[in-house]
Amino acid sequence: MSAGHQRPLHRPARVVTTVVIGAGHAGLAMSHHLAQRGIDHVLLERGEVANAWRNERWESLRLLTPNWQCRLPGQAYAGPEPEGFMGMAELIAFLDDYARGLSAPLHTGTVVKTVWPADGGYRVVTDRGDWRCRAVVIATGACQLPAVPAMAAALPPWVESLTPHAYRRPEQLPPGGVLVVGASATGVQLADEIQRSGRPVTLAVGEHLRMPRRYRGRDIQWWLEHAGMLDQRFDEVDDLARARRQPSPQLLGSVEPQDLDLNALSERGVRLVGRLAGLAGTRLQFSGSLAMHATAADLKLVRLLENLDAWAIAHDWHDALPAPEPLPSTRVPQRPCLGLDLAGGEIRTVLWATGFKPDFSWLDAPVFDARGRLRHDGGVVAPGLYAMGLPFMRRRKSGAIHGADDDARDLSLHLAGWLARAGHRHGSFA
Amino acid sequence: MHTATQPIDNGVNVTALLGAREVLSQAPAAARFTWRAHCDWVRGTHSRIAVEDFHGLGETQRHRSRSTFEADHPEVFAAEDHGPTPVEYVLVGLAACLTAGVAAVAQHRDIQLHSVKATVEGDMDIQGILGMDPDVRNGFDDIRVMFEIDADASRADIEALVAQSQKRSAVYDLLTNPTHVKVAVK
Repeated sequence: MSAGHQRPLHRPARVVTTVVIGAGHAGLAMSHHLAQRGIDHVLLERGEVANAWRNERWESLRLLTPNWQCRLPGQAYAGPEPEGFMGMAELIAFLDDYARGLSAPLHTGTVVKTVWPADGGYRVVTDRGDWRCRAVVIATGACQLPAVPAMAAALPPWVESLTPHAYRRPEQLPPGGVLVVGASATGVQLADEIQRSGRPVTLAVGEHLRMPRRYRGRDIQWWLEHAGMLDQRFDEVDDLARARRQPSPQLLGSVEPQDLDLNALSERGVRLVGRLAGLAGTRLQFSGSLAMHATAADLKLVRLLENLDAWAIAHDWHDALPAPEPLPSTRVPQRPCLGLDLAGGEIRTVLWATGFKPDFSWLDAPVFDARGRLRHDGGVVAPGLYAMGLPFMRRRKSGAIHGADDDARDLSLHLAGWLARAGHRHGSFA
Repeated sequence: MHTATQPIDNGVNVTALLGAREVLSQAPAAARFTWRAHCDWVRGTHSRIAVEDFHGLGETQRHRSRSTFEADHPEVFAAEDHGPTPVEYVLVGLAACLTAGVAAVAQHRDIQLHSVKATVEGDMDIQGILGMDPDVRNGFDDIRVMFEIDADASRADIEALVAQSQKRSAVYDLLTNPTHVKVAVK
């Protein structure tokens, strides 16, 4: 990660106790808690507040969490539709408004080039000058880079290939068939929107997380929050690596709440195939595992709903809510398509909804594992170095907007402790 | 899940498997295995296959003993039937792999097994291998596995065992996903 970075030793730099990199919801929440603890800091933002939400999301996107759940430290949703789902414009306004209330200086249009450990703290090099600081909080987001499989490069030239970061609306795609690869939240939403636009969609489905929008008259997020599942801590789960890899649930935020599972998509004419397993010449190869993945998702869903029912009985909600409704099993084709020749012209576009990853290429410190992933213990990366907003970072809700408050409170406390200790012995980078 | 106070014993050492996972996460190169089979033609469609050594954990490893397998084709194929057909060995592999997976997952999930039986069937249109119709594939076009499992667990838990076993099965993966296969002459 460090190759090529220059490390000038003596260059004038501004000094601040803590630099927060990124002014999205996670960086803003951290700023709030640092201010509460009286820790002076700056927020550095490559673009504007909520930059990714402004520039890297499709037009129809709404949050998967209802408005009542969309909250930041000290600021709850106060609008007229607590059960609604924010679109991008509304969310950007919400974050802008929150940022205006913060006390810390916000440096927008400031691109961080390199960060490295130095002088018992960190050196932060930006395109608008350097900073010296004791602590750094990385709040640059978990979805900066689309994770696209290598086979994307081998697609024939007549097939359009794009990622959700570049996708805005169906009309931008050529007429004709679209293969959406991946059936997590992004994949199912885009498959639905594109199919409705009249372009026939094939959806390649691997491991996925099925979830109803509403259950027994309440939003699924109401259940997950009230039953305490979103507060489950990173040191409480059996297999944390697996929990962190979990795909986003098949949910849609819309004006009228609706389910967006594989059954809903099949009913609209979307063709389901197995995971995209390979590309041999011009021939796409789909795994024969579709039925297995659908069955596994159904079993997990049933277990989740049973747990929620048990919670409702134990906490006196059972009688107050409508009776449990069994959900139909996922219907998959008897013999789904295993191969499709792109030379046939049936598929004009491939949309890679295959996940995202963070971009830490600017971080010049020995904090990565063999596969280049950031090593951290609940967001504590190294002495004085913290992360925010990663999937299941400290809690199941860590990746969500409302998850930032508790994480920022914990990590700002840890950060304050580091500053106090490092102040005595001029701590060094371990 | 189970009410017995006896420790769950399906004969799978899950602790060792989890330990291996932990060790290999620190040394990913050692996790690369090469499995090997040596085949000698005997006569007609009859051949004999031996399995003895493989590569793993960074060095050549040996099974406790050499296993040999006869492979032939049945008399309806005008052959002498000295052993199962190669595709039947594939079914053997799938059944054994999924069954081992069921046992290991059950051990991990504290489920006591009493019996696990699997019947595996593969459908094939032999017009493919006879070169009669280029649109018919050579291999199986459908494979069905039917498990009968007696265990101290609910039906949903047993179904989840079987689902997880497929998710972790090497042979299931081999059959459902394409693999680079190169055949050369020495």
